[in-house]
Amino acid sequence: MAEILVLVEHADGTPKKVTLEMLTKARALGEPSAVFVGRNYAAAKERLAEYGAQKVYVAEGDEYADHVVAPAAEVLAHLVAEKSPAAVFVASSAEGKEIAARTAVKTSSGVLTDAVDVAEGFVATQNVFGGATVVQSRAQGTPIVCLRPNSTAPVAEAGPAAEEQVSLTLSDSAKLAKVVDRVVEEKGGRPDLTEASIVVSGGRGLGGAEHFALIEGLADSLGAAVGASRAATDAGWYPHQNQVGQTGKTVSPQLYMAIGISGAIQHRAGMQTSKTIVAVNKDPEAPIFSIADFGVVGDLFNVVPQLTEEIAKRKG
Amino acid sequence: MNIVVCVKQVPDTWAEKKLDPTDKTVDRASVDGVMNEIDEYAVEEALRLKEAHGGEVTVLTMGPAKAVETIRKALSMGADKAVHVSDDALHGTDALGTSHALAKALGTIEGWDLVIAGSESTDARMSVVPAMLAEQLGVPQLTMARKVTVDGSTVRIERQTETGYDVVEASTPAVVSVVEKINEPRYPSFKGIMAAKSKPLTTLTVADAGIDTSLVGLAGSKSEVVEFAARPPRESGTIVKDEGDGGTKLAEFLQSQKFI
Ligand SMILES: Cc1cc2nc3c(=O)[nH]c(=O)nc-3n(C[C@H](O)[C@H](O)[C@@H](O)COP(=O)(O)OP(=O)(O)OC[C@H]3O[C@@H](n4cnc5c(N)ncnc54)[C@H](O)[C@@H]3O)c2cc1C
Ligand SMILES: Nc1ncnc2c1ncn2[C@@H]1O[C@H](COP(=O)(O)O)[C@@H](O)[C@H]1O
Repeated sequence: MAEILVLVEHADGTPKKVTLEMLTKARALGEPSAVFVGRNYAAAKERLAEYGAQKVYVAEGDEYADHVVAPAAEVLAHLVAEKSPAAVFVASSAEGKEIAARTAVKTSSGVLTDAVDVAEGFVATQNVFGGATVVQSRAQGTPIVCLRPNSTAPVAEAGPAAEEQVSLTLSDSAKLAKVVDRVVEEKGGRPDLTEASIVVSGGRGLGGAEHFALIEGLADSLGAAVGASRAATDAGWYPHQNQVGQTGKTVSPQLYMAIGISGAIQHRAGMQTSKTIVAVNKDPEAPIFSIADFGVVGDLFNVVPQLTEEIAKRKG
Repeated sequence: MNIVVCVKQVPDTWAEKKLDPTDKTVDRASVDGVMNEIDEYAVEEALRLKEAHGGEVTVLTMGPAKAVETIRKALSMGADKAVHVSDDALHGTDALGTSHALAKALGTIEGWDLVIAGSESTDARMSVVPAMLAEQLGVPQLTMARKVTVDGSTVRIERQTETGYDVVEASTPAVVSVVEKINEPRYPSFKGIMAAKSKPLTTLTVADAGIDTSLVGLAGSKSEVVEFAARPPRESGTIVKDEGDGGTKLAEFLQSQKFI
């Protein structure tokens, strides 16, 4: 069966859920070989075997982690030349897409971003124009497919995960942009916005930064990530990283809750492929209701506290 | 500090975007074109760097003839001159081909120190062209910047990450891309709009720029749209009015769907 390279997306060695999703998808189409680039491989090893990696190519070390994007692309291009895989899977995260981009240039291959599915012949399904259009696309060369987090259910199936060190000396041109410091701004606690299975977002209806506590309280009662509309981030009520929409993140969770969000076309572009959508808005004409599975027309300052309380009660 | 800003014209974000059924490319003709929003931030950042360090700002756009409207806007914001790569042979070019074409066009612009792009276009939404450009040009990639500082030939950015930011450093020449957080773009002034009309604009064909036609256009693209369809509209849901029990009703719904 054809070898498929799967670039491990990880946080200090620990594979992110999207990595397990990519391994699962790759097993359906060929034999996945995980590619680990960065620090702390020890933390990844077991998970990669659990999810069926046949091989793991390891490029471990500080120089891989401390330069922006280029080292991982160099490793992938090196492996593409050496192993002639059928395809390369990379997470469709901001950094993943950039790694895919450089790998595409190095290998003269097409890159497909934001794939929600990959079929026989590496035909990718993409939701484009904010989910309004569904596209099937194909790439030439060694197809480089970026898979969107949350689009495949990860299924464990043990594999040998035979380790092979990548024999590569990083070129000087891969070391041009050096990371000199890393700053963590938010406390962990809540799941990643793009990986979360539930997202609770607040908008202009909140009326001020101080009211985002309501959104956070509701999110925490459900183990959800917190999002925000552009109106809220532009007003400085919530960090830009949490913005959902055309110029922010695209999310596709099992449940999306829009609180005090009108649902302008640019916001919908970032969330309308969510499985279930609920909305709370006092304006019955708000466009968000046209895509909501369940909507409450009412004042969020009454509805949300009651909802949070009810959830706590029902969870018992 | 001479800066080239990459600006793309995209379909108006308020318009319903469509693919043209004949060749499966973006229907750009039937909708208004606007400057890709994040590219306004890229222009603004270039102007601020110029104001602080001197030099010239050149706008670079690859796009059909009507993209000149977007170029004019960048000039009216204060950019000094523009290069417009326009050729029917470019119709249908994918991301990889775009990076090749832009890299070639950059070769015709003398003595640039920085290329500044937006982080993402609102039509393709790929966020790949700036990284591809850095690779094509063999210069450092300083992308996803929420802050840029220049000190001589050293450029330092705050690169937006999932959890905060990384401080990344490199020497010029380099490719920068910016995120929305970086600044607040200015509006063109009346004076700026008038001045834009007489600023130099060079239009390049594929041949002028030395673009390899086997790498661009629908035929040269390494990625292709095989088929497409409109997503079926969502079925309309249940909308209730809050009569003092809206939160409870919503909780009931969430429980019925097993979210609680
Ligand atoms: C929905 C969608 C998803 C896509 N996904 C991917 C993907 O995952 N990977 C990938 O690599 N590509 C992707 N593409 C690009 C795709 O692979 C094709 O190459 C193709 O559809 C071209 O894109 P387009 O529709 O934007 O073409 P066009 O509308 O022709 O635009 C392509 C580029 O060429 C410029 N252009 C158009 N006409 C001219 C002209 N006369 N002179 C100068 N410049 C011109 C445009 O401004 C634009 O920058 C996607 C495109 C679409 C529409
Ligand atoms: N045709 C183009 N002409 C000029 N700049 C472009 C073009 N396409 C993309 N770019 C630049 O690359 C950035 C990212 O685009 P993308 O990779 O398509 O999401 C944009 O914000 C622009 O700065």
